[in-house]
Order: sequence, then C-alpha cells, then structure tokens
Amino acid sequence: MKTFLAFVKKEFFHILRDRRTLLILFGMPIAQILIFGFALNNEINNAGLVVLNRAGDYESKQLLAKFQNSTYFNLQDPVFTEAAIEQAFKDNRAKVALIIPLDFGKNMQAGNEQLRIIGDATDPNQAQTLVNYAKAIIADYLQQKQNTNTQLPITTAQPRMLFNPELKAVYQFVPGVMGLILLLVSAMMTSLTIAKEKELGTMELLLISPLKPFHIILGKVAPYWVLSFLNAVIIIILGVFVFGMPVNGSVPLLLLVTLIFSFASLALGIFISSKANSQLVAMFLSMFGLLLPTLLLSGFIFPIENMPLPLRIISNIVPARWFIELIKGIMIKGSPLSLLIKPFLVLCFITVVLTIAGIKGIKTRLS
Amino acid sequence: MEVVISTDKLTKKFGDFVATNEITFEVAKGEIFGFLGANGAGKTTAMRMLCGLLKPSYGSASVAGFDIEKQTEQVKQNIGYMSQKFSLYEDLTVKENFRFYGGVYKLKRQVIDQRLNEMLGNLGMLNVENSLVASLPLGWKQKLAFSLAMLHRPKIVFLDEPTGGVDPITRRQFWDLIYEAAHNGVTIFVTTHYMDEAEYCDRVSIMVDGVIKALDTPENLRKQFETDSMDGVFQLLARGTSTK
Amino acid sequence: MQTAISINNISKHYGEIQALKNIGFEVEEGEIFGLIGPDGAGKSSLFRILTTLILADEGEAEVAGLDVKKDYMTIRQRIGYMPGKFSLYQDLTVQENLNFFATIFKTSIQENYHLIKDIYVQLEPFKKRPAGKLSGGMKQKLALCCALIHKPEVLFLDEPTTGVDPVSRKEFWQMLKKLKQEGIAILVSTPYMDEAALCDRIALIQKGEILKIAPPENINQVYKGRLISVKSKKTYELIQALRALPQVASCYAFGEFLNATFKTDVQAIDPILNELKQKHFADLEWHQTQPGIENVFMQLLSQSQADDSSIKAQKR
Repeated sequence: MKTFLAFVKKEFFHILRDRRTLLILFGMPIAQILIFGFALNNEINNAGLVVLNRAGDYESKQLLAKFQNSTYFNLQDPVFTEAAIEQAFKDNRAKVALIIPLDFGKNMQAGNEQLRIIGDATDPNQAQTLVNYAKAIIADYLQQKQNTNTQLPITTAQPRMLFNPELKAVYQFVPGVMGLILLLVSAMMTSLTIAKEKELGTMELLLISPLKPFHIILGKVAPYWVLSFLNAVIIIILGVFVFGMPVNGSVPLLLLVTLIFSFASLALGIFISSKANSQLVAMFLSMFGLLLPTLLLSGFIFPIENMPLPLRIISNIVPARWFIELIKGIMIKGSPLSLLIKPFLVLCFITVVLTIAGIKGIKTRLS
Repeated sequence: MEVVISTDKLTKKFGDFVATNEITFEVAKGEIFGFLGANGAGKTTAMRMLCGLLKPSYGSASVAGFDIEKQTEQVKQNIGYMSQKFSLYEDLTVKENFRFYGGVYKLKRQVIDQRLNEMLGNLGMLNVENSLVASLPLGWKQKLAFSLAMLHRPKIVFLDEPTGGVDPITRRQFWDLIYEAAHNGVTIFVTTHYMDEAEYCDRVSIMVDGVIKALDTPENLRKQFETDSMDGVFQLLARGTSTK
Repeated sequence: MQTAISINNISKHYGEIQALKNIGFEVEEGEIFGLIGPDGAGKSSLFRILTTLILADEGEAEVAGLDVKKDYMTIRQRIGYMPGKFSLYQDLTVQENLNFFATIFKTSIQENYHLIKDIYVQLEPFKKRPAGKLSGGMKQKLALCCALIHKPEVLFLDEPTTGVDPVSRKEFWQMLKKLKQEGIAILVSTPYMDEAALCDRIALIQKGEILKIAPPENINQVYKGRLISVKSKKTYELIQALRALPQVASCYAFGEFLNATFKTDVQAIDPILNELKQKHFADLEWHQTQPGIENVFMQLLSQSQADDSSIKAQKR
C-alpha cells in the first residue's frame, strides 16, 4: 500500500509540474463545453427576411408584424420584384423570402391564402429550419384569425417538445462533450504517460523493481481516474449552472455511470500503451483510434438512426455511444436504472472486455 | 601564421549564470585545436557562438575573417559542423544526404556527386552510396558525417564529441581523417572526453566553469603540470570544481 | 566465494541480426567484471537478459543463484540496474527520485544510508533540484544512488560513464571500488579502455562475441608482434610512412606517441627506424612498450574483422 501511494504521489508530481498536461486536463474540458455551448449553437436568431408584399392590405401587415415580433427573423427593406429576392440572397441580406400574393386577405378568408416561402438552401439544414419557423408563424397567425373570425372549429396538430421544450442544443452537447473529454483524458493521458516512461527508460527500472507490472499500471491509472472523474463533475456543473441543463434523474447513478465509463477509457488507454512504445505513436493511436470514432459514431454529432447499416453496427462497440445514451436518459429524462438497463449492461460488458484486454497487454518484460 | 579563429573576451550569460566568461584565444590555419572541459564547463555555448548560432552577451570573435555577430551568413558558409547527436538523416541514402547538404550550400549536382565519389573512394566505402544511412554501422556513419561536414570545403570544421561510443580502431580511423584534413590546411576545432585524443591535438584549451584555465601544446601542458598524461592535467585542473 | 552471475551459452537474435553468440562466463561475489566493447557489440542485450527484462533465445543464466527465466520476480528484488541512458524522472527532484525508488523497493533512504553516503553527500546540496537540470556527472551519481538504495547483491551498470567528463568518471570508479568491498558483485560495461584497467576481470566483446576474458594485467599476453612507441612532430606524415613499411602490421595514434606493431624481431626494428630518421624525420624518437588493453582490443578487433571478411570472401 505504501509503495502504491508513493507511486500515485509521483504521478501527481508529474502532472502538476507539466503545464501542458494541466492545460489539457482542465483547460480543454472547460474550453470545449463553452465552445460547444455558445458558439456551435444550432438555433438561428435574427435571420434576414425579405418580403415581396403584393397585397399590402390590413391582413398582410398583421402577418408581417408577427414576423417582426419573432426573434428568429429580422425584417429587411421590402422588395418589389422576384429578381430582387434573388439579389437579396446573393447579397446575404436575407436567408428567407416571403411572397404575399394580391388579395391575401380575401383569399385567406376563403381558406386559400397562397403564401410562398423561399429559402436560401446554400446551407440546407439552416434553410429547412428557417422555413419551418416561418411556417409555424404563419400557421399561428392563420389559426388566430380563424378563431376570431369564424365559429368553425378546426383541428390542427399541436406539437409539444417533451424534455427539451426549447430545443436547446446544449442538451445534446453536454453529454457528448462529457464522453469525449473522459475518453481523451483517461485513454490518451494514460497511454501517453506509460509511453513516456518507456521512452525515458524508467520503465526498465520500474520493471526490475519488486513492483508487479499490474501495480505499475494501477499506480498509473489511479490518478487519472480521479482526475477524469473531477472533470466530469466540472462539466456537469458547467452544464447545469451556465447552460441550465437539468439533472432530472438520480445523481448517484449519474456518477456511477461516469465512473464506469472512465474506467473503460482507462482500460483502453492501457491497451493502447501496450502497443505504443513512444508518445508519438500513443498520441496517434488515441487520436485516430478513439477521438474520431467517438466524435462521429457515438451519436454526439450525427444521429445514429441516420447512419448506413455498417456504421450503425460499428457504433455498437463505441463505448461513448452507450455512455451518451445513459447520460441523456438520466439527466434529461430522469429515467431510473430499470429503464436504462440495456445501455447500462452493454457499457459494463464493454468495460469488462477492455479491462481484460488491458490486463492481457501488460507485460512482465520489455517487448 | 594565418589566424582563422580569434576571440576577444567572448562572454555569454544566461540570466545570472555566466556560461562563458571573457574567453580570449586564437587558432591558426591547419591547426587541430582541442577544446576540453568538464560537462557544463561552457564548451557547447562557446562553440555555438563561434558557429553563429548564439549571440554573445559581450566581447567579440571572428571566424574565417568574419565577425560572428554581424557576418553570420559568411561565417556559416566557411565552417563545417558535426556533432555526435546529429549527423545524417537515417531514412535517406548516403547520396541523398550529400545532395541535400550540397544543395543547402548551393553546390552544383555534378560537383556534389564528384566530391562524394572522391570521399567515398578515400574511405573505401564506394558501395554504400545508395544504402540507407540507418543500415550502416555507427563508425561508418561518423566517417560519413565528417565527410559531409567537409563537402562544401569549409576552412574550419567544428567537431562536437565526434567519436563517442565507437570502437578504438574506428576512433583512430576517424582521427586519420582529421589529420588528413588538417594536413590539407583545414582547421579543426574539436571537443572530446577521451584524454588520449587530447594528445593528438596541436594545441589544447581546458575550460573550467566558463574560463579557459590552460591553453598550450599537450607537451607543454604536461610539463607545466608535472604529469605524464593529458588525463593528469585535466584531473588537476578540473578537480574540485566539477562537483559543484 | 560464491558465484553472483553465471552465464551459459546465451544467444539472442533480433530478426536477422545476431546480438549475442554463445556467451558464457561467471562473475564472483565482490568482483568487478567489465564488459568492454563498442556500441552495438551486444552489451545492452546481455544486461537486459540478466536483469530479466528480455528472454534469451538459447542458453541459461543465473543471477544470485536464481534462474533468470523462472525466478525473475525474486531476482528483480535483489539486483540494482543502471540502464544505458539516463533513466530517472527529470521532473522530480533529486530527493523525490531517491525517495520514490526507495519506497518501491520497500526500503527507506535511512535504512541503507551507509551504502550511498559517500555519493549522497555530494548530491545533497542539490536535493531540491529537478534531476533533469543536473550536470552529466551528477545525474550519473544520482542514478547509482537509486540503483543502490535497496542494497542489491548484484549491480548491473550499463555504460554508466559514457559522455561523462574524466574527473567525474574517476570519482565514479572510486565509488565502485567501495561497493566491491561491501561484497556486491558488479557487472559494468564501458567503451573507455582506461576504465577496463580498474576491473578485476574483463571480457572484450565485439559483434555479440566474446573475444577474450582475462584480468586486465594479463590481457596483453595474447598480443602478437612487438609494440614500439614512435614520435615525431610530423604526426600525419609519420603515420603514412610507418604504415607503408612492410614490416609494420599496424600503426595507430596513442596519446602523444604513435604505436606501431612490428612483425619482425626486436633487433631488426632499430635499423628500420634509424633509416626513417635519417631520411625524413630528424626528430624521430622511439622505445619499446608493453601493449595495453586498448592495443590488445584493437588487435583482436582487426583479427575478427579480417576473419569476417575472409568468411564473406569464401561465401562469394
């Protein structure tokens, strides 16, 4: 036990004395969560809107006032020809255009308003979103009108977004960034420190000491387990207090899942380090072997449902995928463990497999 | 006697630490000048200043007639440099290495190839021209590195511990190359930890804590310190201070 | 006296390259045994086999009476090892390094202080300095302290003095002499021939093969030919002239003299050199000398190289 503590102490000395490590450990998570939270926001505000108003009647002005009042759109100077609309798109003055036909008010009462919405699909996702916003505003207006003008009851679908009514992107990013950071800190940092000892030649000295190879690995892993857990807590706190993420489910369960996932990542790191004899190789392996698959295949950025079948199959063995699913379930939906049993068991299974692989990779001799 | 290196109170400070402290000496053309000192005595710093890689804090020096501070480019054109740590690109062939360096010194390809052939012929290594450097024994690499440093026909060659770790025969063969170069009028400025090699130099300077403590021919130094080897001289001068 | 290391027919390949070829020798308790040879001779491979870090392809070895393959865990507790390159934590201070190695060997600095005292007092002024900022000689001393801290029975030092200045080297060897008196067996490798003379016995090793094992003072018995020290101001011309003589087997610079090995009888030498003196070298002086370890090593080296090339020639 004393030797183990001495080892952990030494490991902390290394971490605390290397500013670069410290920066990666604590600067990166904070920077990432803030970047993802603030900058990479997929909500759109103040998009330019040009209107070609051929009606110019009371109803059309009422409708435009509604657009004016929404935060999504920013009304530009009106245009008078369709060609001018295209010019507005080219000038980047507008992302969406609305064409109000002659006799808008009359037609509307007949239930045939003939409005046209044109989106600038240079960025297709954005165009889609904006057109949807515009449709929603128009639908809202029409409904209002019909309610006041006619007694006819009409049926419309009332969408309601459960768990994330404001469709906040942060809800998507916080679990993703947590997965990414834990993986990087745990897997990359452990594989790097082990590779560093091999590079320096200190591994030879450790191996010929009475320390069992298993102890060496454990001593290497323990500090990073603590640190990555600390990181996870920081991310959760940032998510809750800066971005208003809810924690609807059980906090102990959340922490337990976090611990399991960082353990799996550490095991991965050990596995990588058994294959890498230099820090450079360890870095490349963790970057391309871990970072990219996690970023692309975990459901963090691209929805798994939209992937082609082969990628969907591969995504099953990406531990971060199950971790993100669990975190979302616990934090946002507040689900109990009984409802999350599948991702939980899969994550546990992957962890066990990785741990075995990691331990198998430990050698009692050089090469 | 033509002087090719001369320094005047050459000094380099790093913060409070004085790495080289007002060193003044001259080296003549065709001389083999041994530059000795314990680890950390300031040899490398002095050598870097003479090669134009480091600006002196004060004092001056001229190498091949050029001021090391103001005429760095001319200095670099006229010197060759070889150290134990960096010699050749391991993943290039011998010829590729020579062509690369020749290109750096703006030599024509025919000139490079002709000199390479000449040098390899002298070393008896004509067949390695297209071998990867990594596949050659250490001793061969060192001889090639020396030839490479001589490729642009410099007036002065700086050798930083050129013979570390090789067997005694290869070490002697390396010194044969040094003698030959000196015989042809090239000035050799060499550092080494082998004290028997210090005996092969025409003159030897011994640096202790940034100061040149002794500078003379090996024979005179032995007489002056009443000992029978350069090792003895070195022990007498450096003892007590190197443990700091 | 007990046998600390016994090696029997050890061989090791790395792919095509044969790093060690049928190596065998024994080292006694309290003996300093030197492995003398250039880089790439196979010294480090042998060290790693004996310190249980790699396995040999063939042959057996015992360290402290234990098999290097079966009993590797026990051996690891009873040996000290200084690897070829500086292998301490550069970002930890002198004291932190020492404490760390003491703890992982389940001991403390106090417990075996008498062993490292002489070395440690020199390090003490810098105990708060990171190991990476020490001078070469100091690093070496710290590494020796760390290797000694658990009072090992056998000490393995792989080129401990390479790149270290002559003064620090001398001090380092004085420490080894003291450790020898404690009964510790020391296997040490070095490329410096002057250090070979300080060992009890030496093995000359080249290309994975041991050329000769003997006490340093006896090693010159195998020297062939008569060794003459020759001197003139015109060193370069003299080397060329001597090498051109048919009676001279080899001629190399050795300190202030040139060492020429004559194949002829002693009586025949003086007339040859007299002639040389009259013709070209007025200041020529010479005397017969005893071959040193380096002379012997060089002769053995050139013989094995000649053997190699004759084998290659036969293959063609």
